[in-house]
Amino acid sequence: MAKSNGASGEKNRLEVLKTYKIYIGGQFPRTESGRYYTPEVAGRPLGNICWSSRKDVRNAVVAARGAQAGWWTRTAYNRGQILYRIAEILEGRRDQFVTELQLQGLTKAAARKQVSQSVDRIIYYAGWCDKYQQVFSSVNPVSASYFNFSVLEPMGVVFVVASEESPLLGLVSLLAPIIAGGNTCIVLASESKPLSSITFGEVLATSDVPGGVVNILTGLRSELVEHFSRHLDINAIAIDSPSEPMLLSIQEFAAENVKRIRHYSVDWKNPDSENPYLIQDFCEVKTTWHPIEQISVSGSGY
Amino acid sequence: MSESQATWDLAPAPESIGHVHWEKSYGLFINGQFQPSSGDQTFGSINPATEERIAEITEATDADVDQAVKAARNAYEKVWSKMAARERGKYIFRIARLLQEKAREFAVIESLDGGKPIRESRDIDIPLAAAHFFYHAGWADKLEYAFPNRKPKSLGVAGQVIPWNFPLLMAAWKIAPALATGNTVVLKPAETTSLTALKLAEIFQQAELPPGVVNIVTGHGSVGAAIVNHNNVNKIAFTGSTRVGKIIQKAIAGSKKRCTLELGGKAANIIFDDATIDQAVEGIINGIYFNQGHVCCAGSRLFVQESVHDEVIHKLKHRMNSLIVGDPLDKNTDIGAINSKDQLQTINQYIELGKQEGADFYQPQCNLPAKGNWCRPTLFTDVAQSNRIVQEEIFGPVLAVQTFRTVDEVINKANNTPYGLSAGVWTDKGSKIFNMTSQLRAGVIWANTYNKFDPASPFGGYKESGFGREGGLHGLAGYLDF
Amino acid sequence: MSALKSNFRANSPTVDQVGVVERVNRFATRSIKNEAKLKGLKMVLNMIDLTTLEGMDTEGKVKQLCYKARHLHDAVDGIPCVAAVCVYPNFVGLAKASLAQSGINVASVATAFPSGNSSLDIKLTDVKMAVDQGADEIDMVISRGRLHRGDYQYVYDEIAAVKEACGSARLKTILETGELGTLDNVRLASDIAIAAGADFIKTSTGKIQPAATLPVTLVMLEAIRDHHVKTGQMIGMKPAGGISKAKLALHYLIMVKETLGVQWLNNKWFRFGASSLANDVLMQIVKQQSGAYQSPDYFSID
Repeated sequence: MAKSNGASGEKNRLEVLKTYKIYIGGQFPRTESGRYYTPEVAGRPLGNICWSSRKDVRNAVVAARGAQAGWWTRTAYNRGQILYRIAEILEGRRDQFVTELQLQGLTKAAARKQVSQSVDRIIYYAGWCDKYQQVFSSVNPVSASYFNFSVLEPMGVVFVVASEESPLLGLVSLLAPIIAGGNTCIVLASESKPLSSITFGEVLATSDVPGGVVNILTGLRSELVEHFSRHLDINAIAIDSPSEPMLLSIQEFAAENVKRIRHYSVDWKNPDSENPYLIQDFCEVKTTWHPIEQISVSGSGY
Repeated sequence: MSESQATWDLAPAPESIGHVHWEKSYGLFINGQFQPSSGDQTFGSINPATEERIAEITEATDADVDQAVKAARNAYEKVWSKMAARERGKYIFRIARLLQEKAREFAVIESLDGGKPIRESRDIDIPLAAAHFFYHAGWADKLEYAFPNRKPKSLGVAGQVIPWNFPLLMAAWKIAPALATGNTVVLKPAETTSLTALKLAEIFQQAELPPGVVNIVTGHGSVGAAIVNHNNVNKIAFTGSTRVGKIIQKAIAGSKKRCTLELGGKAANIIFDDATIDQAVEGIINGIYFNQGHVCCAGSRLFVQESVHDEVIHKLKHRMNSLIVGDPLDKNTDIGAINSKDQLQTINQYIELGKQEGADFYQPQCNLPAKGNWCRPTLFTDVAQSNRIVQEEIFGPVLAVQTFRTVDEVINKANNTPYGLSAGVWTDKGSKIFNMTSQLRAGVIWANTYNKFDPASPFGGYKESGFGREGGLHGLAGYLDF
Repeated sequence: MSALKSNFRANSPTVDQVGVVERVNRFATRSIKNEAKLKGLKMVLNMIDLTTLEGMDTEGKVKQLCYKARHLHDAVDGIPCVAAVCVYPNFVGLAKASLAQSGINVASVATAFPSGNSSLDIKLTDVKMAVDQGADEIDMVISRGRLHRGDYQYVYDEIAAVKEACGSARLKTILETGELGTLDNVRLASDIAIAAGADFIKTSTGKIQPAATLPVTLVMLEAIRDHHVKTGQMIGMKPAGGISKAKLALHYLIMVKETLGVQWLNNKWFRFGASSLANDVLMQIVKQQSGAYQSPDYFSID
C-alpha cells in the first residue's frame, strides 16, 4: 500500500473504514434489498453488514449453477492449484484476518492460530483434489461380460450454512472440501461474526477462483432458511451446528426436491475434523457399464 | 424345393407348479415366528394374470409394528451386534444357498403373485436375489477395509419398505447389506406382492437365523408409515415412488434416523447414428419392456439421432412384433401381467394422454388372454419434450421417442428432468461414450447395454431419484456409522 | 479402388458381440413343445444339406449318402426328405443320377474348397465342372486372406465372377466365419457377398473351428434382413458345421423366425449343412410320436 506523502502526519490521519459487501458471481454487490444490520461484539458495532434477501439467494444460486459445470470440468490438478492459490493469498493477508478476528472477539493468539489453521486446511484439501477419486472409486467385478466402474461426481450446487462461532476456520473447513469435490456453493456467513467471511471473499476474488464457484452472503439465518431449503436448484445443504428447530425446518423443506442434507457439529480446531470423507459427503456415486467383447482365437463367444 | 408360407406358432409351454408350495394364509413374521396380528384385518393377494385370490395376507397394526421393532431391537442388542462378524456372514451365506436350492419354487411364486414372466423371475430376479446375499455375506467381517482410516459401526434397527416390481430382489437388496453391516431389520413388502418375502422368512427359519434379526410385517401404506415414524428405528431404507419418498424424507426430518431413498426415474436412452443398431434395438426393448416396464430405471425416453430414426423405428416395431404377451408362467412369455388393476388403469390413462397430446401411437397386434391385467408393448413417436408422457414416470411398457441432431442437444434434453436415476447411450465411438457418460446426470449409466444389475454394482440416483446407493462397496455406507 | 475399399467397410454396420450373445441367449430360452416341436423337427429335416466332404470320399460312400437322403427313416410314415446332398465336384454326376426324380438337389463345393487359395481361372473351372455335371447349387468359399488385407473389391469381384459361372445354379457363399476374427468382419463379408450376387450366405466349410454358431448366424441373418428391407430381395442362409442336435436346430429356426419371419422357414431360403443332425432329429420325432426316448442303434448312420 502506498503511504500518503501529504502534509498530514500518520498521527492525524483519518482512518478509511471498510464497506462489507456480499460476494456473488465474482462481484461484490450490496444486497439488492438495500437493508443492513449491525452486529455487535462486546457492545461495539462491527459495521453495517448486508442483510441479504431471498433475491440475493436466488442470484447467488444462478451464479453458482452457471459456474458449476466449468469448475468440475477443470482438471483435478488445476482445481488443486487454485485451492493452493487461495491459501497463498490468505497467508499474505494474515494480518488483516487476525485484526478482524480480534474485532470479532478472539484474542490475538487465538486469532493467529485460527488464520494459520485455515491456511493449512485449505492446503490439505488442495492436495486432495487429484486424489480422493482414486480413494473412493471402484471397479466392480460384475458377473457378466461388462466393465463396471463407479466414480464420484459433484452433487452440484451446495448451500452452506457456515459456522456461527468459528468465522474463518469453520467457513473454510466446509467450503474447501465442497469445492475440492467440484461443487459450487453459496455460503451464508456467521450472522454475528460476518467480517472474516466477506474478507475471505476478497481472497477468493484475487486467487484464480472463477466467479460463481463460491458466493458469500451475510444476513439473518431465520429469514433465509425457508428460501434456500426450498430452492429447487440447490442440490445439497451443509449446515454447521444447527439448532434442533432449524435442522427440522431445513430437512422438512428440503424434501421438496429430495435435497441431500449434511450437518456437522464438530470442533474444527481438532485435526481429525479434516478428512476426505467430507469431500465424499458432497459427491454422488456414478456407476457405468460397458460390454467387454469376448472373442479369442479359440473362438469363445463367437 | 418347397416354399411353404405356413406359420409356426409356439405351443403353450407352462412352467410346472406341481412342486411349488405356499400357504393359504400368512401371519406376520415377528421374532422368528409367524403370528397373527393384534387386529383382525387381512387382505387377499391377487394373481394379476387370472385375478384369482391366491393367499390371505395379514394387515399389520401399529402394535404389530411396535412388536416387530422391539423384537429387532432385542435381537440387535442381545445377539446380532454381539456376534462375531464372521459368524454373521455365515448366516447370510446360508441364506444365499437355501435360496439357490429353492430357486425354482420362488420363481414360480414370484410370477404367480406379481405377474412377471417366469423367464425373468427364473433367470434374473431369483438368481440375483441369491447373489445379493452371497455378495454381502462376505463383507460382514471385512468392513474396515471398505473405509480407510475409519471405524465402521452398525446403526441398530433398519426399517425397510419395498415396492412390488421386484418383490424378492428388493427384499434381498435391503436385507443382505443390513445384516452384513450388523443391523437388524423390520421389512414391509408391497401389499400386492408379499408372498416371496414371506417365503424368504421360511428360509430364515430354516437357516436358523436368530429370532428377531429379520421381521416381516405385511400390509398397506399405513404399515410402512408406522415403521418410518417409529421412534426406535435407526435407519429407513425405502424404494418406491418419488412422491412417497418425499413424504418419508419430511416425516423423519429432525429425527436422528438415517435414510436412503431409491425413487422414480424417467431415463433417457440415447441412440447415436454410429451405434450398433441391431444391438441398440435390443437394448431399447430390454430398457422399456423388461418387467412390463415396471422398472424405476426403465429407458422410457428414447432419443434417436435423426439420421437413423427411420431405421431404428422400423427395427423396433419389427422386434416388438416378436414379443409374446401373456401367461406369466409360460416359458415363452416376454411380457407378463400388469401388477395390479390400479397400475393398469394408470398406464392406460397415460396411453390415452399420449394420443391426446398428438403423438403417433403404435402397438403390435398380439393376442391377449381374456382375463387378467394386460398391456401391449406401446410406442409413441413424434413426441415433444414438453409432452407429459415424456416428463412423467408411467411405470409401464410405454416408450416415448424423440429425435436429436447433436451431442449438446441430446445431453441437454436428457438432463432436462427432475429425475436422475439412470441413462443409456449407444455409440461405437469410445471418446463419445466417455463424454456422454460423464455429462449425463444419473447414478447408473449403461453404455451399449441397458438394465443390467449386479450385487457388486452400486445402484441409486441423483436429484429426485433419491439418495444413497445400494449394492457394491458404496452401498455399505448407508448402514454404518463412523 | 481405394474409394470402393473404404466404402465396403464404411457401409457395413458394426456389431457388438456381447449384445449379440445376449439376444441369442433369448432364442435359446424359447421352449418348443408338442405340435410346434413336431412341425419344427420336420422342417429341420427338410432343410438339411446332407453332406460328405472328405478326402476319402468314394463312389460307394456317395451312393449310400444319396440313398439315406431319399429314405431318412422308412420305418416311420410322413418323414420328409432332405433338401440337398452336398459333395465334391467329382461326385456331382453320380449324386445327380442317384437322386433322379427325388426332388432332392445336388450341391457341390467349388472354388478350391476349403481354403480358396488358387487363381480365379482355376476356381471358375472348378465351378463350371460342377455345373456342367448338373449341380443345382454351388457352395463357393470367399478369399479370406484378401478380406483380411482389406482387398474387399477383390472379394466382391470374385464372388460376382463365380455367380456368373453358376448360370442357373444357385450360389451359396461360404464366409468361413471361423477365420474372420470378429463379428464386424462377419457382417462385412455378408454384405459384400450379398452385394456381389450370392443367393445364399453360408457360415462355414466345416473344416475350421468354430463353424456355425448362433451368434455368427444372427449377424448374417441381420445382414439378410437389412438387404431385404432395402431392396425387397430375399437371400438364403445356411449355417454349416457344428449343428448336430435337434434342440439346437430348433433354436436356429426360432432365430430365423424372429429375425427374418416365417417366409424364410423353408428350404428355399434356409438350410442346415450337417452330416449327423438328421438322425438326432429323427430320434426326437419318433420320441414325440411314441413317447419313449430313443437309441441311435435304431437309426441308420448312413
